[in-house]
Amino acid sequence: MIKINNLHKSYKMGSSSLHVLKGIDFNVEEGELVAIMGSSGSGKSTLLNILGMLDIADEGSYLLDDFPIKNLDETKAAKYRNKFLGFVFQSFNLINYKTAMENVSLPLYYQGVNRKERQQQALEYLAKVGLAEWATHLPSELSGGQKQRVAIARAMASRPKVLLADEPTGALDTKTSYEVMDLIQQINNEGKTILVVTHEPDIAQMCKRVVQLKDGVIVEDKKVEQVLASQYV
Amino acid sequence: MFNRDRWSEIFETIRKNKLRTFLSGFTISLGIFIFIILFGFGNGLKNTFNQFFLDDATNTFFLFAGQTSLPYRGFKANRRIQFENEDLADIKNNFPLFIEYITPRISRGATVRYKLESQNYTTRGVGPAHQFAEKTIMMKGRYINESDIQNQEKYAVIGRLVAVDLFGTEDPTGKFIDIGSSVFKVVGVYQDEGGDNEERFIYIPYTTRQLLEKSNDKIDQIILAFKPEIGYGGAMAFESQLRRFLKDKKDIDPTDPRGIFIRNIADQLKQNQQFASVLQIIVTFVGLGTLIAGIIGISNIMVFVVKERTKELGIRKALGASPRSVINMILHESIFITTISGYMGFLAGILVLKSVGDKLSEDYFITNPNVDMSTAIFATIILIIFGGIAGYIPAKRAAKIQPIIALRNE
Repeated sequence: MIKINNLHKSYKMGSSSLHVLKGIDFNVEEGELVAIMGSSGSGKSTLLNILGMLDIADEGSYLLDDFPIKNLDETKAAKYRNKFLGFVFQSFNLINYKTAMENVSLPLYYQGVNRKERQQQALEYLAKVGLAEWATHLPSELSGGQKQRVAIARAMASRPKVLLADEPTGALDTKTSYEVMDLIQQINNEGKTILVVTHEPDIAQMCKRVVQLKDGVIVEDKKVEQVLASQYV
Repeated sequence: MFNRDRWSEIFETIRKNKLRTFLSGFTISLGIFIFIILFGFGNGLKNTFNQFFLDDATNTFFLFAGQTSLPYRGFKANRRIQFENEDLADIKNNFPLFIEYITPRISRGATVRYKLESQNYTTRGVGPAHQFAEKTIMMKGRYINESDIQNQEKYAVIGRLVAVDLFGTEDPTGKFIDIGSSVFKVVGVYQDEGGDNEERFIYIPYTTRQLLEKSNDKIDQIILAFKPEIGYGGAMAFESQLRRFLKDKKDIDPTDPRGIFIRNIADQLKQNQQFASVLQIIVTFVGLGTLIAGIIGISNIMVFVVKERTKELGIRKALGASPRSVINMILHESIFITTISGYMGFLAGILVLKSVGDKLSEDYFITNPNVDMSTAIFATIILIIFGGIAGYIPAKRAAKIQPIIALRNE
């Protein structure tokens, strides 16, 4: 699903330049659940940004579903993001004046789906994350875990090929974290490819594969015995 | 533009962000409102000024005769100069290109009687052209005409207030009144915008006045109007030529400052017009200032609005909004709000001006404050355009922000 070859990225910091990614080779098959781990400054966020087409690599190739991602202008990037990727953020990033359902239907709006269809699909996805009865509530009326589940429903709504989660449990307590991870595992079990950036080992253990980044290179890439989150819920 | 989905998205955003909508809308409404009010009051001030100073005809010379102060051509100083009918004809024949009309004026006080009513008035022996010089408006009957002058008719045209004093509610036309023990027939009643005093004169043919005074041909005053197309410069040149001509004719030393006086309203007219144009400049300046303040206000609020929405725009971009759709959304919204609220401010301003009307004319010299529609609409459109531009610039910047930076910006 994702093929990355010899990826380099550096940032200009005044006269010197900071080499953040120093040649990453990284493949993800369809249906995998991968945790990307590393301390801050290890380059994991940069990697995720490049995967999410929010940033552009200096060097190397990136194929998403055998589709080369290069020479993207903003408009194209927006289109591909909408079509290929779903994002889940640490701080949820729901639009605070829109109800749960409206938030979920937003990616569909940008896909040009008509209003009725949008609402129906949004309700379906909300039901899937167990929040059907919260559809008309504003984010401020939801708990942290509920917000993250709405965000996951929103990320799923556009039927992306890959789900990118940046510290999805970073703002949640342990119990809620496991609930969210349970949901992510369920979605993964339905065949969706998911990448989770985290620095929490227990969260990483709930994925099927763990990639360790350090100083811009992959130091470890191993399959792990998946811990089922449902046993803690 | 007419995408129903996009509009419903915009309406939803407006509905759910009432404070923000109100703030930006209010700025525009207030800007337009104040612009219209100030501009309208400025125009009201101008109207008052015009009413005060631009009443009588302004292309007029008043000619008076006086005593000479220098001896000349064998005549002694302190000789009294007197205009005569011949002078009238001479002026007319010598300056046909400059003169629009010319009329004498012989003023005399007289006791005027009708039945039991009696009062003192000033009578003016005049020619037909005097009607234009004073901008006299006929209410009933007619003014003095050329055949009255030829036949030395004992006809009188009386002012509105004379009619009220002497006749009450009776119709004066065709009635006979006694002016200084001569009987005159009233042929007309006039009104004058110059005020009460102007409506207390009685006009009679100047030849009749001369007949009553032992058939002399003396004239007190000559009023003449030059053709407006000769302009200010032409009027000044005409004045000096006329002075030279009359001084020569009446044997007055050309350097004598006395003897003949010409009061040239063109001079006054120019001053009045200068004052009026200064007023106009002030009004325009106030209007422009308000407009600029309005533009700055709307720009500020737009920058603030877009700044506040940075995160939301980042989310939208991450979910697949193209930079263009982000800019379009903000522009649609801002233009929609500014148009609606601009129109509301516009209506409110016009309404206030209409309701003020002439209420302020007594104490504050503001008469009929008004803004012509094209100016008001122009100002509204300017504010809407600048509201759009002011929204566009930060929107463009917001659309360029990497979504990841917008989202990190907690």
